[in-house]
Amino acid sequence: MYAQMVDTGVQRVLDAAELEGDERRFQDRIDAGIRVEPEDWMPESYRRTLVRQISQHAHSEVVGMLPEGNWITRAPSLLRKATLLAKVQDEGGHGLYLYAAAETLGVSRDDLIDALHAGKAKYSSIFNYPTLTWADIGAIGWLVDGAAIINQIPLCRCSYGPYGRAMVRVCKEESFHQRQGYDIMTRLAQGSEAQRRMAQDALNRWWWPAVMMFGPPDGESVHSAQSAAWRIKLHSNDDLRQRFIDQTVPQAELIGLTIPDADLRWNEERGHYDIGPIDWEEFYSVVRGDGPCNRERLAARKSAWDRGAWVRDAAAAHAAKHAGEQK
Amino acid sequence: MSLFDHVLSLGDNALILGQQLSALTGHGPVLEEDIATANIALDLVGEARLWLSLAGEIEGAGRSEDDLAFLRDEIDFRNVLLVEQPNGDFADTMARQFLFDAWHEALLAALCASADPRIAGIAGKCRKEALYHLSHSAGWVIRLGDGTAFSHDRMQQAVRNLWPYTGELFEADAGGTALIGANAGDIRPLWRQRVADTLARAALEVPADRWMQGGGRRGIHSEHMGRLLAEMQHIPRSHPGARW
Ligand SMILES: [Fe+2]
Ligand SMILES: [Fe+2]
Ligand SMILES: [Fe+2]
Repeated sequence: MYAQMVDTGVQRVLDAAELEGDERRFQDRIDAGIRVEPEDWMPESYRRTLVRQISQHAHSEVVGMLPEGNWITRAPSLLRKATLLAKVQDEGGHGLYLYAAAETLGVSRDDLIDALHAGKAKYSSIFNYPTLTWADIGAIGWLVDGAAIINQIPLCRCSYGPYGRAMVRVCKEESFHQRQGYDIMTRLAQGSEAQRRMAQDALNRWWWPAVMMFGPPDGESVHSAQSAAWRIKLHSNDDLRQRFIDQTVPQAELIGLTIPDADLRWNEERGHYDIGPIDWEEFYSVVRGDGPCNRERLAARKSAWDRGAWVRDAAAAHAAKHAGEQK
Repeated sequence: MSLFDHVLSLGDNALILGQQLSALTGHGPVLEEDIATANIALDLVGEARLWLSLAGEIEGAGRSEDDLAFLRDEIDFRNVLLVEQPNGDFADTMARQFLFDAWHEALLAALCASADPRIAGIAGKCRKEALYHLSHSAGWVIRLGDGTAFSHDRMQQAVRNLWPYTGELFEADAGGTALIGANAGDIRPLWRQRVADTLARAALEVPADRWMQGGGRRGIHSEHMGRLLAEMQHIPRSHPGARW
C-alpha cells in the first residue's frame, strides 16, 4: 500500500500475559479500543513503527504528485486540466497532514525528507511506474486512488489518534479522485478507437502494479502480526487486495475494458474473484529500487529540494531579520 | 480590439500563466509552495474557462472554451508577452507572478464596474482569488529581496529582466477603450504604486523604464509560445472531434 512491509523492529509478538507494567497497560488500552494520543506513554517500538508507516505514506503522497503532474500541461480539456490540478494539490495536502501527524511522534519533517532523499525511507512501489498517455491519469485515479481508499478506510479507526484523524480527511478526497479517474476511463472507453486502445493499454499496464500495492501475503510476518496487535494494521494484505479486486472487476466490465488476467474468474464457492499468480519478483525489484522510474522519481524530488535550498534560506533569513515585528 | 478580442485576451492571459504554473507542480522549493502553485494555477485555469466561454458566446460561432484553448493558432492568441516568459528559477517565477498579479487584480477590480453584467460577474468572482495571488507573490518578492544577498540579487535581476514586458499591460487599445468598461491606462498609477511599495519593502530598485516589448495582444508572440502551445494542444489536435 502507500506504506508497504513496515518493519516493526520486533522479533516476536509477545502475548498480553508476557507484558508487564506500562507495556501491559498500553496493550490493554489498545485492546479496549482506546486511542493513543501524542502525550500518552507508548513503547518505543510502537512509536518508531508509526513514524516509518506514516512517513512512508506521506512520501508516497508527495512522490505521487510527479507521475500525475507529468500530464497537467497536456490535459486534453480545460475541465480535465483543472480537475487534475485540484487532485495533485490535494495529494500535496495529504502529504502535509501526514507529515504533521508524524511530527507528533517527535520527528521533524526535514529529517523525514532527508531520509527519503538518502534512500533510507520508502514510498509506495506504484509511483515508480511511468505515466505514458492521458489514459494513465484515468487509470491512476480509478485503480491507485481506489486501492488507497480500501487500505485507508480501516486506518481511520487505527490506534494512533493523529494518524486516524488525518486518514478521515484524506479518505474523503481520495474517493473524489477515484470517481474522477473512473470518469476519465469511462469517457475513453466509450470514445474513438484510439481512445479505447489508450484506455485498455493503461489498464494493462496499471492492473498488476495496483494489485501488488497491497504488498505480499502477510503469511508468518512478525511485523504484520505486531502491527495488527497494535491496531495500526487492521486487515491482512490479501483481504484488502481481494476487496479491491472484487470492487474493480465489475467496474471494468461495465465500461467494456478487459482485466489483463487470463485466470481471472468468479469463484461461486468463495463468493470472490480468483486471480492468476502475482509476479512478486517484479514487486521486490521495484521496492529495491529497480522499477522503471525509481531513479527519476527520487532525482526529481532531490533536484527540487536542492534547487529550492536558496529559497528556503532566504525565507529563513527574512524571518530572522523581522522576528518580533508585527505583520 | 473588438469585445471578442478583449475577452479573449483576458482568458488567454489567465490560461497561459496557469499553464506555465501547472508545469511546476511537484517541483517547488517546499511542499507548501507546491500546493500554493497548484492552487493559483487552478484559479487561473478556472478564470480562463469563464472568459473563453464568454468569448465563444460573444462570437456566436459555436466555439467552446476548449475549441478556443486548443484549436487556435499562436497568431490568434491575445495574451501579453509577460505571461509567456519562461518559469526560470523561483525568483523569475515569482517576479513574473507579482508583476502580473499587481495588474491583474487592479484590472479585475475595474471590470467589476463594467456595464456588461457577464464581465462584471466574472471579474467579481475572480478578483478575490487575484487578491490572494497578489499577497502571495508580493510576500515572496519581499522575502527574497530582503532575504540573503544571493536571493536579493536573484530577485533584482528577475525584476529587471521582466520589466520590458510590463509596458504592454497598459497599451492603449486601438479600437477605443470603453468596450469592456475599463481603460488600461487608468490602472497604471495603482500598479506603479503597488510595485514601488513592494519593491521598497524588498529593498529592491524599481528598474528604469526603457524600450518596452509588445505584440502579444496582436498575436505576435515570443519563441516560448510555440512550444507552450504545442505541448498544451497536442492531444486534442491529434484526435479531432474526440471528447475527453
Ligand atoms: Fe492522497
Ligand atoms: Fe488521491
Ligand atoms: Fe484559490
